[in-house]
Amino acid sequence: MSITHTYDAVIVGAGGAGLRAAIEASDRVKTAVISKLYPTRSHTGTAQGGVCAALANVEEDSPEWHAFDTVKGGDYLVDQPAALLMCEEAVDAIYELEHWGLPFNRTPDGKIDQRRFGGHTRNHGEAPVKRACYAADRTGHMILQTLYQQCVKRDVRFFNEFYVFDLLRADDGSTAGVVAYELATGELHVFRSKSVLFATGGSGRTYKVSSNAHTLTGDGQAVVWRRGIPLEDMEFFQFHPTGVYKMGILLSEAVRGEGGILLNGENERFMERYAPTVKDLAPRDMVSRAIYQEIKEGRGAGPHKDAVWLDVRHLPRDVIEEKLPDVTEFARVYLNVEPTRELVPIQPTAHYAMGGIPTDVDGRVVIGPEETHVPGLYAAGECACVSVHGANRLGTNSLLDIVVFGRRGGKDMAEFAMQADLPAPPERPTAFVQEMVGGLLDRPEGANAADIRTELQDSMFDLAFVVRTQTGLEKMQEILAGLRERYERVYVQDQGKMYNTELTEAVELGFLLDNAEALVAAALARDESRGGHYREDHPLRDDANWLKHSLVYKHPDGSLSLEFKPVKMGPYVPMERKY
Amino acid sequence: MARETVGEVLETSDGRRAGASERVSLTLKIRRYNPELRGDESWWDEFTIEAEPNDRLLDALHTVKWYHDGTLALRRSCAHGICGSDALMVNGANRLACKVLVRDLVPRVTVEPIRGLPVLKDLIVDMEPFFEGYRSVLPYLIDDGSEPDRERYQSPEDRHRFDDTTKCILCACCTTSCPIFWGDGEYVGPAAIVNAHRFIYDSRDQGGRERLKILSEKTGVFRCRTTFNCTEACPRGIEVTKAIQDVKRSILFDRF
Repeated sequence: MSITHTYDAVIVGAGGAGLRAAIEASDRVKTAVISKLYPTRSHTGTAQGGVCAALANVEEDSPEWHAFDTVKGGDYLVDQPAALLMCEEAVDAIYELEHWGLPFNRTPDGKIDQRRFGGHTRNHGEAPVKRACYAADRTGHMILQTLYQQCVKRDVRFFNEFYVFDLLRADDGSTAGVVAYELATGELHVFRSKSVLFATGGSGRTYKVSSNAHTLTGDGQAVVWRRGIPLEDMEFFQFHPTGVYKMGILLSEAVRGEGGILLNGENERFMERYAPTVKDLAPRDMVSRAIYQEIKEGRGAGPHKDAVWLDVRHLPRDVIEEKLPDVTEFARVYLNVEPTRELVPIQPTAHYAMGGIPTDVDGRVVIGPEETHVPGLYAAGECACVSVHGANRLGTNSLLDIVVFGRRGGKDMAEFAMQADLPAPPERPTAFVQEMVGGLLDRPEGANAADIRTELQDSMFDLAFVVRTQTGLEKMQEILAGLRERYERVYVQDQGKMYNTELTEAVELGFLLDNAEALVAAALARDESRGGHYREDHPLRDDANWLKHSLVYKHPDGSLSLEFKPVKMGPYVPMERKY
Repeated sequence: MARETVGEVLETSDGRRAGASERVSLTLKIRRYNPELRGDESWWDEFTIEAEPNDRLLDALHTVKWYHDGTLALRRSCAHGICGSDALMVNGANRLACKVLVRDLVPRVTVEPIRGLPVLKDLIVDMEPFFEGYRSVLPYLIDDGSEPDRERYQSPEDRHRFDDTTKCILCACCTTSCPIFWGDGEYVGPAAIVNAHRFIYDSRDQGGRERLKILSEKTGVFRCRTTFNCTEACPRGIEVTKAIQDVKRSILFDRF
């Protein structure tokens, strides 16, 4: 039994990208937003530091400088036309958010205030520049609230706590809709739609130490991957240098943007050695590797010498209380540390997937080196790969990505739907999901999902984190094969239909395994080091062989294959990355 | 920078703060409700688990769910106090399960769903009435659409006026701690008023009068009896009662 709905545009996910797309689409066509969470629970809300745009409100700046930083920060794996477009549109995107009421911090004369952020520089690397627009250290919270407010104003139709478990494709490959599981009732819903946009966020829960919500399990990526869509650049995962020790909770880069510094166990400001010009404001991949190096060479801090310190004791009290209040509270609540007087122990934390579902700049999903469109299928935000982040995303560019490409995707999907016919869904649209859910519920006993998830997270943290090797990644592949085999025997104790979150967590574990498989396969293939992907056995960037995007496919028999496509170049010639 | 201070921190950070703590035993008494299993009856279950002192209550509830009773139902997402999913009644007070640490709860804690909203299963309540109240106060910027090409200007002082109420994460801790809300399904509740406040005192907004009219009705601010439960419950430290008083004053004196 299932319930059928019909829409012109279906958006999966209600974070920043999904809500921004919904505003655009719902003004034009019949639109539904399907989200496994209540609105405003999405992880966009936890983004802290800011959103960059070259408004030049405080210092001289230009969108072209922003684009250069984005390309260099991404270690030249960025598609340059997309980065130029994003940085150009950034300025109007910020004004639009302001017009919708976003409470940005202000300069004394009333303009949107701006502050420094890692990797953002004046005139192609001369010095750090004040480019990040912000609302204290809850910029993501304010973006999410503002976009949701605009959806309330427009009376956008939401299906809350509905989990999308499958993508429906018509016989000719075009998009026919999705199948969703309603958490409250256990019912399956078929959403027939001319266009579908995935905006389901990241997959950071593949790692033990992670800044990501429990719900960030790479759902959209896995759902489309199982239906023949490749995943692009999955080996590039960002490890944010300043996670709360052991817990991984993010302490914003804004802390360093406001003047905080990093110290090793010998109280040395070690970033001066790694990035003499911008020091603590080097891009995240470089800072995380520097921390790894300090710890490896015995200069770590704390009882196990496996942390370093974040130091804000020298900052004025009002900067800490007014510009960094949430970050300060995290240190107080979770570490029992008073940052105005004491050092805060931190370690790198899994933060952001640069890779994802391949799209063009209008959010349209594209397959293969020829970039063939899948009619009606879209993706935006962290689950997508445009690619504007390349091998390493710059801080603040994720919030920019979701508003720029959420808008573009929402607009294009609506325009597509206005001229398209509604494709016929497959004959038994819910068969795949029924089998998946039924399989989990029917076993009288079996493997424990939490054990499998913990082993996945622990081993990914050991073998596919900041530093990787061929041997380690091969070991990870073996572990994944074993976990996959056990996953086929996972047992769910709750047999109920109402709010069976044990069941949805088990399905999410399957999504996590898919994301990890894709990541490890691509990481093993890429025997060079670039951005967030560092291979200790191949420590140098290799532009001759690897200035290209990876595409991982999953085949119906479970096997994987890889393809590559060229990076779209532009004005910036790859150079050695120094800061 | 004084090196001595760093040395002190190294010492005090040892173990107690930096995570190498000894595991402790925690007993969770949880109010259960599962109409598919037991009809309309609610009951108590107890679980004793091992945890680290710096673990969150949410981690402890996960241990129960993942290793003792898979049917336990709760909502959660970000696990660090921002998404607002896991508001619960913890030892009788509304808290986010991810912002209470085990070390502050041992040896025993009582966990119940937040009050005043229909319980659906275990710790999950129906949030619809709560969001209905939120939507009723026109929680979006209202203007005449004549904005400039660039940003509107707003002085830091004007921006500061509504700063406190922008922190709201819609977790419902305040609203479901309010005795008036428990007793009267009509009252919009503190969270809705907080979100109205956020716009009424925003110098860019032109819908203040309309919102004040809505809040002056019998479902609005004058139901508030100033018990301060809401302020005490807010995990974001918003001065909720003060915000309600601001709105009351604006209605009485027609000034905002």
